[in-house]
Amino acid sequence: MRLRRSMLFLPGANAAMLSTAFVFKPDTIMFDLEDAVSLREKDAARMLVFHALQMPVYGDMETAVRINPLSTPFGLKDLEAVVRAGVDVVRLPKTDTADDVRALEAEVERIERDCGREVGSTKLMAAIESASGVVNAVAIATSSKRLVGIALAGFDYVMDMQTERGDGSELFYARCAVLHAARFAKIDAFDVVFSDVNDDAGFLKEVDLIRRLGFNGKSLINPRQIDLLHNAFAPTQEEVDYSRRVVAAAEQGEKQGLGVVSLNGKMIDAPVIEHARVVLRRAEASGVRQ
Amino acid sequence: MTAAIRERLRGAPLPQGVAPFAGVTANAPHLATRETKYGRKLCNSLEDAIRASGLKNGMTISFHHAFREGDKTINHVVDTLAAMGFRDLTLAPSSLLSCNAPLIEHIKSGVIRRIYTSGMRGKLAEAISNGLMEEPINVHSHGGRVHLIDRGELTLDVAFLAVATADAFGNANAVSGRSRCGSLGYAMVDAARAKTVVLLAEELVPYPNAPASIRQDQVDLVVKVDQIGDPSKISVGAARITSNPRELLIARLAADVMEHAGYFEDGFSLQTGTGGSATATARFIEHRMMKKGIKAAFALGGITGSIVDLHKKGLIGRILDTQSFDAVAAQSLADNPEHWEISTNTYANLTSKGACSDRVDMVILSALEIDLNFNVNVITGSDGVMRGASGGHSDVAAGANLPIVVGPLIRSRIPTVVERCTTVVTPGETIGVLVTDHGIAVNPNRPDVSERLKAAGLPVTSIEDLYARAVALTGKPQPVEFLDRVVGLIRYRDGSVIDVVRQVK
Repeated sequence: MRLRRSMLFLPGANAAMLSTAFVFKPDTIMFDLEDAVSLREKDAARMLVFHALQMPVYGDMETAVRINPLSTPFGLKDLEAVVRAGVDVVRLPKTDTADDVRALEAEVERIERDCGREVGSTKLMAAIESASGVVNAVAIATSSKRLVGIALAGFDYVMDMQTERGDGSELFYARCAVLHAARFAKIDAFDVVFSDVNDDAGFLKEVDLIRRLGFNGKSLINPRQIDLLHNAFAPTQEEVDYSRRVVAAAEQGEKQGLGVVSLNGKMIDAPVIEHARVVLRRAEASGVRQ
Repeated sequence: MTAAIRERLRGAPLPQGVAPFAGVTANAPHLATRETKYGRKLCNSLEDAIRASGLKNGMTISFHHAFREGDKTINHVVDTLAAMGFRDLTLAPSSLLSCNAPLIEHIKSGVIRRIYTSGMRGKLAEAISNGLMEEPINVHSHGGRVHLIDRGELTLDVAFLAVATADAFGNANAVSGRSRCGSLGYAMVDAARAKTVVLLAEELVPYPNAPASIRQDQVDLVVKVDQIGDPSKISVGAARITSNPRELLIARLAADVMEHAGYFEDGFSLQTGTGGSATATARFIEHRMMKKGIKAAFALGGITGSIVDLHKKGLIGRILDTQSFDAVAAQSLADNPEHWEISTNTYANLTSKGACSDRVDMVILSALEIDLNFNVNVITGSDGVMRGASGGHSDVAAGANLPIVVGPLIRSRIPTVVERCTTVVTPGETIGVLVTDHGIAVNPNRPDVSERLKAAGLPVTSIEDLYARAVALTGKPQPVEFLDRVVGLIRYRDGSVIDVVRQVK
């Protein structure tokens, strides 16, 4: 199970950031060729990202690239470059229907064959940024075996909904829809960017909300948010202690051949045990919440 | 009276050079009237003060730089000296900054011939790096400056010391009045050592002024001036709360090192300096101290609001302040009896009878470059031009139990870790740990620290690996080209010459 709590966006044309951003250790590093790159820098950014993807320093980190939509003159060129450079995940922006994903998948497969990369080794992620995308979320989430997750992108979505970012209620339906689609398809779900990088309290409030809803993680635009996010996703010491006791009791029960075990007089069944294991895995990755 | 004394002394042999009593005012003419008694030090203008100081061509004048980029005294006094026709002076401020660019004209015209300083920046530094001066400048550390004065190489003929308030007798400080720079740690040295001490006071207050950072028995002349400096510019380019993620990452790692290096016990001591990462380190250390339930005995150095904050939270016992880096620190020095003002002699002079730098456990230091032998350059930039200051760097590195250098592995496209420093200011043997955004390197002469940090799971690697990483990312920079001509001597804190700065090509 790969943890994808933090997905750090880096502007593809910023060579200095591309060359050293791995030191911030996000779970996934997302090189952006789309909105963060001006029209005149599209080619330069593609070249830079092509080279950055092949730097050994990004070795263990999951690399992703947000390409331009295939409907633009840049989308296919982006795809050709990043699949050949060995990117782990291609993120498709503005995904409205399952056909958008299938069209992308066909191109990815062709490029994999062309360059000799193992077919199927390039994973995909779809960003849902419109009412159409939200309504079609289940179809999108189940459209390709290559999909590792779907992400909600807030800015375009609220524009499409003729509203604006507020206290989060404007995203409530979309968040639930994307999350349910992802869980139905057994893939990951990612929440929107929190754009006020100086508002740590606001960021943490939003993180708390999406963590409780069940999101795997969140898109980030400032490395400073990584530690805040990882810490917020880390279980508390009490949760870890309790989970250890649950797992120990379950193992004990298994040895003794008991179907149902109890801890402190309470029955613990399979879902409780599984949840405890998830908590311990999170603690292993994130430590204990400070 | 004289006749009576003569009669009393009649026939008595007096030792050679001992005169008979000639009246109370014979050797103290100022006691003749109430006016001269109280006002003998007060001058009407800076020009009057200069004339009264006995300054002559070829002498040495000194200043403090506690207002940093907000200083309005050094340029003003040298302008005045130039207008009065002085020449061939040695300028010996505790340091120079970008705001001192107007001195270039006074160097060209021969008013200033020699310079002793801790550092320099901006246009003045560029001009000197390009060969403006006939004689190389001397770059000393803060403690080293006191040592050069005490051993007689640097004689301060007239010290022009800016103070926020003074009384007519010369009791002065910079924690009261309008323009408060806080500690007068540098000025205290000059007040105690210069042949003639002139106070430039922004406000004259009734006698006796307190606290007396500079005391009446050290002061010759007092003159009121319009403005000594702008305190809001003290922290320009220095003490600031960073929001830079890279500096925060380094600060967090530095706090990890402080926690696990073996000195993080109740009663430990620290100095954090003033760069972005250094200031943030103070913030990160807070939670670790609370978690472990320990308190630091004292914090030393250039003091910032972050240190004052830790003190107010009960995490630091006393603050020893030789330079206040922001208004919070200056205010704390004014209000808080546990916040002490110390001279740079007390701070870091190796021949002082007791330097606080020898009692510090851990210090966070910056670096423009650090080489494979851990030698540190804080003076010259990657273009060979001077753009920094020696400061207390080599002093505290020599005294502290664990000097920790922090900095990004790469600045823009230029590596900070290099094969060989452009200029050596602090010898590598005194540096314990290097913390970068790409990992931590421990000096091989500190295997104990290395083991502890590794045991704590910190990303410890070798400095050679960090260098290789830097070169892999940036390529190997072309060496800077220099002429043979020497434009600066880098004086180690004991007065010896540790390196020279040559003119850039």
